[in-house]
Amino acid sequence: MREITYREALREALIEEMRRDERVFLLGEDIGPYGGAFQVTQGLIEEFGPERVRDTPISESAIVGTAVGAAMTGMRPVAEIMFGDLTALAMDQICNQAAKIHYMFGGQANVPMVLRTPFGGGVNIAAHHSQSLEAWFMHTPGLEVATPSTPYDAKGLLKTAIRRDNPVIFCEHKVLYPKKGPVPEEEYTIPFGAADVKREGGDITIIATLNMVHKALAAADRLAEDGVDAEVIDPRTLVPLDRKTIAESVMKTHKVVIVTEDCKTGGVSAELMAVVMEEAFDYLDAPIKRVAGTDTPIPFSPPLEGFVIPDEDRIIRAVREIVKGE
Amino acid sequence: MVKIRFFEDKAYELFSQNMIPGTLHLYAGEEAVAAGVCGNLRIDDYITSTHRGHGHCIAKGGDLKRMMAELMGKKTGYCKGKGGSMHIADMSIGILGAVGIVGAGLPIAVGAGLSAKLRGTDQVCACFFGDGAANNGTFGESLNMAAIWKLPVIFVCENNLYAMSVPYSTAFAVKNIADRAAGYGMPGIVVDGMDVVEVYRATREAVERARRGEGPTLIECKTYRWRGHSRLKAHESKLYDPKEYEIWRRKDPINIFRERGYIEDEMLNKIEEEVASEIEEAVRFAVESPFPEPEEALDDVYA
Repeated sequence: MREITYREALREALIEEMRRDERVFLLGEDIGPYGGAFQVTQGLIEEFGPERVRDTPISESAIVGTAVGAAMTGMRPVAEIMFGDLTALAMDQICNQAAKIHYMFGGQANVPMVLRTPFGGGVNIAAHHSQSLEAWFMHTPGLEVATPSTPYDAKGLLKTAIRRDNPVIFCEHKVLYPKKGPVPEEEYTIPFGAADVKREGGDITIIATLNMVHKALAAADRLAEDGVDAEVIDPRTLVPLDRKTIAESVMKTHKVVIVTEDCKTGGVSAELMAVVMEEAFDYLDAPIKRVAGTDTPIPFSPPLEGFVIPDEDRIIRAVREIVKGE
Repeated sequence: MVKIRFFEDKAYELFSQNMIPGTLHLYAGEEAVAAGVCGNLRIDDYITSTHRGHGHCIAKGGDLKRMMAELMGKKTGYCKGKGGSMHIADMSIGILGAVGIVGAGLPIAVGAGLSAKLRGTDQVCACFFGDGAANNGTFGESLNMAAIWKLPVIFVCENNLYAMSVPYSTAFAVKNIADRAAGYGMPGIVVDGMDVVEVYRATREAVERARRGEGPTLIECKTYRWRGHSRLKAHESKLYDPKEYEIWRRKDPINIFRERGYIEDEMLNKIEEEVASEIEEAVRFAVESPFPEPEEALDDVYA
């Protein structure tokens, strides 16, 4: 199978959905001739024109609110917020408007919009451009939250997101944009709420999201040399969450490490841990361990940033502590 | 205007009898704005509304029975009891919903205008907001975006002189909110918000301009809320100048319309009679309607 980057996969998803459905249009800062800060929309304005690939002023609240109003009245907008951190500027429109409109109006209105935004650290751009805020949105009923870790998932999930009738927060990871992976030429979509077993194993379950999936896989390879066979589960969408696949894996391995990049307190890892407790407590042979970001803003200097974001060594250490009682 | 006045008076009465839970932000006194604006709109045009939204909903053609039922939290209400007074919507006639967050409706109206443009229709969106919202960031973001894209949005500022308790003079350094329109490159018009004919004429021009693809207009309607912010009664509060209150109370938009000879007493009496019975019917419907089952709280989180 051909290999393309995560960025190209996202672009393909946008192009295919815009060709398929006239109601789909894009809006965001610098997404037109510039092609987006991370070049995901590069070249799209040439095919679809400035009406459907709309460069906006620096007005995050209006970008999201405009998407909400357009979605309510028959369009399927895909809004881009240049950095995930900047969603804070549009929080009312995301969490009070997009998320609540369907419910608050008694099911009368739908808000079929996608908000694409990159999260995550690892590129030394400090605390205003590096956070992982998936938990904010996971904590808001009415939103769906997608977290693709591979080019294959990015394309399939984005196509599904655009076709969903609910507002979707589509969390990309800026470190993943140049990463390559196999993506079929033919049309496919990935359903929401279907976790992916990224690596099968019998000794321990590692649940990981976004860039941490890759670190978990690398850790699993090193652990295998040591005779520890780790299974790596990627939920792919945090809302809806595939509790069943997680539970089944835990019932098989009886041990769990959860790896997420967001800070530990009140984070995605806390919710995933609670899900394991609710679904499979009786099958656990050891306390669950979390490998999460530190409860700090993301620092700039490479050794500092490297310290706060989980790495392979921390994952391996957590697994060994459980499996070998080290 | 009569329908709005009677609805609000009845809602206030029912609220005082604890038949309406929560709180109410009543529109009495501001009827000329909703009626003058919506009188120019087609059924397929859009409005976005505010936390003081009953008048907008009625003027756009909302069903009084379903409105009253929603106010009481009944299953038959517009939002099945999930929205209440501050969140009434009727998608079938372009009411994109009242919002409880000041200023939040402005970008949504921009989205509705953009959608009409992209779909190639000549629909417009009237965006109601108060003077308080004009100091929110969404005001600047939305007016700018609508102006650069020449969207069919009519920004209708209901300047009732108070943002909750804060008087206009404390919160603004400009005389007119409409003056700000120049900064966004659109016409800014000040009208007497107690005169429905003046509101109607200004809106007609703005709607025609919007339908011709020439972009948005900001219309500032100088008006007054008769019953205070929510629970607070205007005339019983020390926050208000009693003289100011009396002056504005004398500017009754329904009386002004009658005094200027736009309607004969006989016709007005007939309208009042009809509306009174319509309101009674709405109250009966709402009272007799069941409350939702508690478990229905779990429905409609996702489409």
